[in-house]
Amino acid sequence: MKTIVKHRLFWPSAALVALIAINAAVRPNFVKITMLDGHLYGNLIDILRQSAPLMLVSLGMTIVIATRGIDLSVGAIMAVSGAVALQIIAGSSEPDNLGVVAWAVFAALAVSLVLGAWNGFLVSVVGIQPIIATLVLMLAGRGVALLITGGKITTVNSSPYKYLSTGYLLLLPFAFLLAMAIVAIVGAVERRSALGVLTEAVGINPEASRLAGVRSRGIVWSAYVGSGVLAGIAGILYSSNIKAADANNAGQLIELYAILAVVMGGTSLMGGKFTIAGTVIGVLFIQTLDSTILFLGISPDQSPVFFAIVVIIVVLIQSPSMHRWVRGLKHSPDKQSPVDAPSDAEVAA
Amino acid sequence: MTDTQGNAAPPLVDMRSITIQFPGVLALDAVDFSLRAGEVHSLMGENGAGKSTLIKALTGVYAIDEGTITVDGTERKFDSTADAQAAGISTVYQEVNLCTNLSVGENVMLGHEPRTAGFVDWPAAHAAAAEHLAALGVTIDPKTMLSAHSIAVQQLVAISRAMVLDAKVLILDEPTSSLDRGEVERLFDVVRGLRDKGVAILFVSHFLDQVYEIADRITVLRNGQLVGEYAVSDLPRDQLVTKMIGRTLDDLSAISDAAEHTVDRTGAPVLRAEGIGKRGFLEPADVDVYHGEVVGIAGLLGSGRTELVRLLYGADKPDSGRIEVAGKHVKITSPRHAIDNRVAFSSEDRRADGIIGDLTVAENIILGVQARRGWLRKVRRSEQDEIVNASIGALDVRPANPNALARNLSGGNQQKLLLARWLATAPQLLILDEPTRGIDVGAKADIQRKVTELSQQGLSVIFISSELEEVLRIAQRVVVLRDRKRIGELESSAIDLDGLVDYIANEGKGTAA
Repeated sequence: MKTIVKHRLFWPSAALVALIAINAAVRPNFVKITMLDGHLYGNLIDILRQSAPLMLVSLGMTIVIATRGIDLSVGAIMAVSGAVALQIIAGSSEPDNLGVVAWAVFAALAVSLVLGAWNGFLVSVVGIQPIIATLVLMLAGRGVALLITGGKITTVNSSPYKYLSTGYLLLLPFAFLLAMAIVAIVGAVERRSALGVLTEAVGINPEASRLAGVRSRGIVWSAYVGSGVLAGIAGILYSSNIKAADANNAGQLIELYAILAVVMGGTSLMGGKFTIAGTVIGVLFIQTLDSTILFLGISPDQSPVFFAIVVIIVVLIQSPSMHRWVRGLKHSPDKQSPVDAPSDAEVAA
Repeated sequence: MTDTQGNAAPPLVDMRSITIQFPGVLALDAVDFSLRAGEVHSLMGENGAGKSTLIKALTGVYAIDEGTITVDGTERKFDSTADAQAAGISTVYQEVNLCTNLSVGENVMLGHEPRTAGFVDWPAAHAAAAEHLAALGVTIDPKTMLSAHSIAVQQLVAISRAMVLDAKVLILDEPTSSLDRGEVERLFDVVRGLRDKGVAILFVSHFLDQVYEIADRITVLRNGQLVGEYAVSDLPRDQLVTKMIGRTLDDLSAISDAAEHTVDRTGAPVLRAEGIGKRGFLEPADVDVYHGEVVGIAGLLGSGRTELVRLLYGADKPDSGRIEVAGKHVKITSPRHAIDNRVAFSSEDRRADGIIGDLTVAENIILGVQARRGWLRKVRRSEQDEIVNASIGALDVRPANPNALARNLSGGNQQKLLLARWLATAPQLLILDEPTRGIDVGAKADIQRKVTELSQQGLSVIFISSELEEVLRIAQRVVVLRDRKRIGELESSAIDLDGLVDYIANEGKGTAA
């Protein structure tokens, strides 16, 4: 039992389960899953479907944060990616043609890759602080998206493109399966190759890594390229869902939700050790909380406050100093709380 | 020096049966320690003996599991460093814990600035700071930035700050490891002055000479247990070392004898650097290292020792000179180039740019091999285990647990970890910058023995150490630097310690023998 509690995914998972349980208790309908039109249907399935863009963005953010960086431009890249894809489809005479959609997706991803590479260049070659380097695109990216769409909200009616976000495969939402497949691929690349551990080494101690011969420039750069491409895919899913390229609202604030998901999952903003599984749980928690707010009928003007309160509670529950404090309460008051490990004490000091 | 105030006065700090348990390690096992007003007390022990843990218990960094801490007659419970400071206990660390981007005066007075109507009165603050500094014999302008001063002055500023906090107990943790001889003298003058004023001083250092010069009393720890408390006059050095390591030190002369193998200098050298230099960093210098040879680099701190090897390794880019490896001209402008030529470098500051603290022992050892192969070709699990187990065994890394985090290891074991990392990459030239700095006698001997052994097997080594005996003991040739310039080269068999010291000090100034 103790080892389960100590596992670093315990608290994020517990928070997610508790949130779903509360929902189920308030309205049992919440967890009800039925078959409809040959696929599964229900609130939970909807949450999975809607979580795909945040999942992809957070996945990229996890790796960037592991290198001690941050990528604020993901929302803007989503907007650019959606704009590129929709502009191509809208400009074609056959929006339902698979080839046209494939070309649109390819072009959007290529542009996202270039934007990610630009971020990586600024951070790893020029040496600009990540928060500033990516702030450039965060601000400029939406302008680029507006240029592409000519200042309008481009709309399309393309069923193959629509399928990406609303289609179902093997009973489950295609978007969710796509996101999970990408999570699995990235996870395998990080952990089956040495990229993961080298990324952690660079994040923990860049200079020691350089002297040990790690090609840290390439590793940091690749993290931003990956983040850009993943944001590009998220942008395609988003625009597919609303059948429009909305340069102003696509991926609005998603960078902050992604950072929250990463931190909730247990990856430190200081860089170094990262956990993709933790991020997945963090994303599902945020998405479930989002649905809960709608579900409980909390008015839109109050929902940010509600969201913030829940997040504060969850983050507090997870924090090591909170654990120590609780343990201190359980022991007799004049006995000092025992030190967990030297590491914890050093953080406290 | 013997006891000054005598044993009659009750101790200012009295720690009784202090026990601290970390997961899997009993760091301190019912240790007693007492510190009297007006004494300099030295805490001695090997790395991992529990010195740091005991200090951290006294400074409120670690909570104690059992035992009592009494300060000035009152039993205290420290939940934080602030609690300890409030009780009058201040610490000056090896790496100065001040704000280098603030002025000297701001640092000294931080949190205690004189105020008028709620606003800080800066002229008064700086004047007060100047007074506090002058009390220690430091005459620097308190308005200058702290970063503009040497580490030695920064330490004096830190002590001065401790005095502003009205410290009754001053803990000096390895204060001298970055200081030169003159700076150490100055620090010791200040320490003696404070002692005479009745401050209790806990002095921790790996330099035995300095301990014997300044301390009145010594407490020895070993494996988390108290060995005993002694007056310095009652404890000759050899006995101290025996108590610290729990056995008599293996004869270092055996290492010295082993090191005296002849080096064949007929073929092409493993490394030949001609006129390697960088403007404002190091004047162009030549270095040759032959197969199986240990070349020592000697000189004072700041003489360009580290600069030279960093240029050889490509850690900094040289702007002049050429390098040949095994007779072939190569370009080394980054660590990768050096590694591709099988040159390895273990840096001076092993915490800052050696180990990766949050990775495990195993991951740290594998890192060198993995970096060389690139990220795509991961070192397989079985191969990893083989390399890691072999290195832990061969170098006696403790704890011998591949999954322990590197940052939890003691300095000596971290150094062994770095050696292991590089040896796993099978280098032909190993550059070691101060590999024995700040580590205990036992680990020092281990590392010297290992280097000698490796050179006999054909590895070439460049060895930097501030301890000249050590350089002379294991190197066949010594390159001497002064003021960022190479001033000469000596066969170590042809010179003794005094000769080398004289050479470093005087060669080329017209007064050398």
